[in-house]
Amino acid sequence: MSVTETSKIEELANKEYKYGFVTDIETESLPKGLNEEIISQLSAIKKEPPFMLEWRLKAYKHWLTMKEPHWPNVKYDPINYQDISYYSAPKKKPQLNSLDEVDPELVRTFEKLGISLEEQKRLSGVAVDAVFDSVSVATTFKEKLSELGIIFCSMSEAIRNHPDLIQKYLGSVVPYTDNFFASLNSAVFSDGSFVYVPKGVRCPMELSTYFRINAANTGQFERTLIVADEGAYVSYLEGCTAPMRDENQLHAAVVELVALDNAEIKYSTIQNWYAGDKEGKGGIYNFVTKRGACRGVNSKISWTQVETGSAITWKYPSCILQGDNSIGEFYSVALTNHRQQADTGTKMIHLGKNTRSTIISKGISAGFSNNSYRGLVKIVKKADNARNFSQCDSLLLGDKCGAHTFPYLEINNPSAQIEHEATTSKIGEDQIFYLNSRGIATEDAINLIVNGYCKEVFKELPMEFAVEATKLLSVSLEGSVG
Amino acid sequence: MLLEIKNLHANIEGKEILKGINLKVNIGEVHAIMGPNGSGKSTLAQVLAGREEYEVTKGEIIYNEKNLLELSPEDRAREGVFLAFQYPVEIPGVSNTNLLKTALNEIRKYQGQPELDAMEFLSLIKSKMKLVELDQTLVSRSVNEGFSGGEKKRNEIFQMAVLEPKLAVLDETDSGLDIDALRIVANGVNKLKSEKNAIVVVTHYQRLLNYIVPDFVHVLYKGKIVRSGDKSLALELEEKGYDWIKAPSDSVEVA
Repeated sequence: MSVTETSKIEELANKEYKYGFVTDIETESLPKGLNEEIISQLSAIKKEPPFMLEWRLKAYKHWLTMKEPHWPNVKYDPINYQDISYYSAPKKKPQLNSLDEVDPELVRTFEKLGISLEEQKRLSGVAVDAVFDSVSVATTFKEKLSELGIIFCSMSEAIRNHPDLIQKYLGSVVPYTDNFFASLNSAVFSDGSFVYVPKGVRCPMELSTYFRINAANTGQFERTLIVADEGAYVSYLEGCTAPMRDENQLHAAVVELVALDNAEIKYSTIQNWYAGDKEGKGGIYNFVTKRGACRGVNSKISWTQVETGSAITWKYPSCILQGDNSIGEFYSVALTNHRQQADTGTKMIHLGKNTRSTIISKGISAGFSNNSYRGLVKIVKKADNARNFSQCDSLLLGDKCGAHTFPYLEINNPSAQIEHEATTSKIGEDQIFYLNSRGIATEDAINLIVNGYCKEVFKELPMEFAVEATKLLSVSLEGSVG
Repeated sequence: MLLEIKNLHANIEGKEILKGINLKVNIGEVHAIMGPNGSGKSTLAQVLAGREEYEVTKGEIIYNEKNLLELSPEDRAREGVFLAFQYPVEIPGVSNTNLLKTALNEIRKYQGQPELDAMEFLSLIKSKMKLVELDQTLVSRSVNEGFSGGEKKRNEIFQMAVLEPKLAVLDETDSGLDIDALRIVANGVNKLKSEKNAIVVVTHYQRLLNYIVPDFVHVLYKGKIVRSGDKSLALELEEKGYDWIKAPSDSVEVA
């Protein structure tokens, strides 16, 4: 690449994070540190029934026996778990009947992000359960959903109002013993979303939650549980942006999905947390456990993710294909720029007969970043006629970034059909010049190429999310070709 | 005057390739630039399109009363300069239609014209597809991906047809084409030729000029135009090869 073009690109790459601002809503926090007392206080603040506190304490005790894992292809300084405040909530938290009652400062924050609740409500018919610093402050469309028997509320409310469902399903896909970060989350999760779609109901709208990490040094430990009962369908959208911070913030969420017979869950994520500055200072550690269980026959779970943020992303949205004829899908675009690191992929565990899975992973690395795909396809002995198709592509922008692919296959049944395709390509100066010579500026040329590359994943996103994803990629990529 | 190149010198990686090119092209004219391998033909085409690897050290290019060298490659395209590449690039995932719609609307925006909507655009490309006998499947596929050599060249001319440049530079558009493909490409160019544009054909062989008949033929050798004439010059070159051009100019250089 010529000198001029490179400097143009650097200039663009140096643009500041667009969503970096801090909202000064007074917050009420627990003191830093983690012990049984803190967990009891947390549970008390949230007015939880005793079973919940018991579960949290069991998780905490188990967590104490575990060691932080270090197998992914990422590097970071040790995390001091005693230096984190495990709860922070906006001080004013009245029961809200309408958006007018929401703290105007909060509404402005959402407006700055371009996700104003009012707009959402009026224009798109999307029901929004907004998680703001660990506590849900606004829930919309609840009535409409409740007419159909759909429960869509914060996890805290679900624990208080639907303890039977919580006891039945919470931890049933990701047990509190699952892994270091899932155990920590089980002990200290602050809030999150809960969805239950009853038998035979097709949720008529996309359910959407916008998470936002706000108070400095507050680890975020969301817990999301979605249950689709027999023959139910739901599409859930999760989108995130975060304000700029100097210190790293740990985010260790757990998402559990349960699909019973003939049920389908579609879970889409756009993740754009603060990635740190150009030197990699600050930024979010995004260590997430996401797993779905296709528990019933003919059930289907589909994960679609567009990951552009966070200093470190470490997550593998997975499917356990337990029911016969169940289907698991994973569509992913993971983009890393500057000093970002991502180790992401999926696990498809085939337990039932005639189970099928599809993996389409598109990694994009720019700057000095490192992007790894890590995926497991496991077919157990009893899983006759299982099929998997995997496609893992890497796109490199520049010559200082890295792309890695770690596919793992464990096939224990000879009737399995497995296909794996992988490619690595690079945006070349030739391609950019070719588009320039057709009247297209460099920045638009890169967007055109990257969006073309991600097309197969974007088409899986709900329409309005796809538009957002396209915008997000162009912001995140602004000038990173070398 | 559409294009005037004055005493153009250009380097790549410190090596001088163009050593004082002078050329005038009027609207409505077809010029052929011929010459042996390594004489600087493709360099001239790339410099016109604005490839930054080539450093212009001396001289100027006036295009449509503007200093072309001051314009970015995309602005040159928006001003009506088009380069048909010798080796068209493959761009996986980006469809031909998407590229052309983006390009055409960028050009129209620049020229103060309204952008075309999807329907208008589709009817435009349908009419242009016929010119180069390109079928729909090729047009909706990713740019040049998996195209044969001939399809790539036809696609270049198709793009030219859609973008309607004022100055089209065809860089060895005939190379790698069999006789049928050559005829299709040449017919397309002939249909696009008008009193409102000019075409500069860069070629090694005379055979393309049987189909695209030039008004002027220039012979480029060692970075300079050593001889200019009408179409008969091309025929002469075909007959005698380049040696008779090389010999006198080499001796001039020695002297």
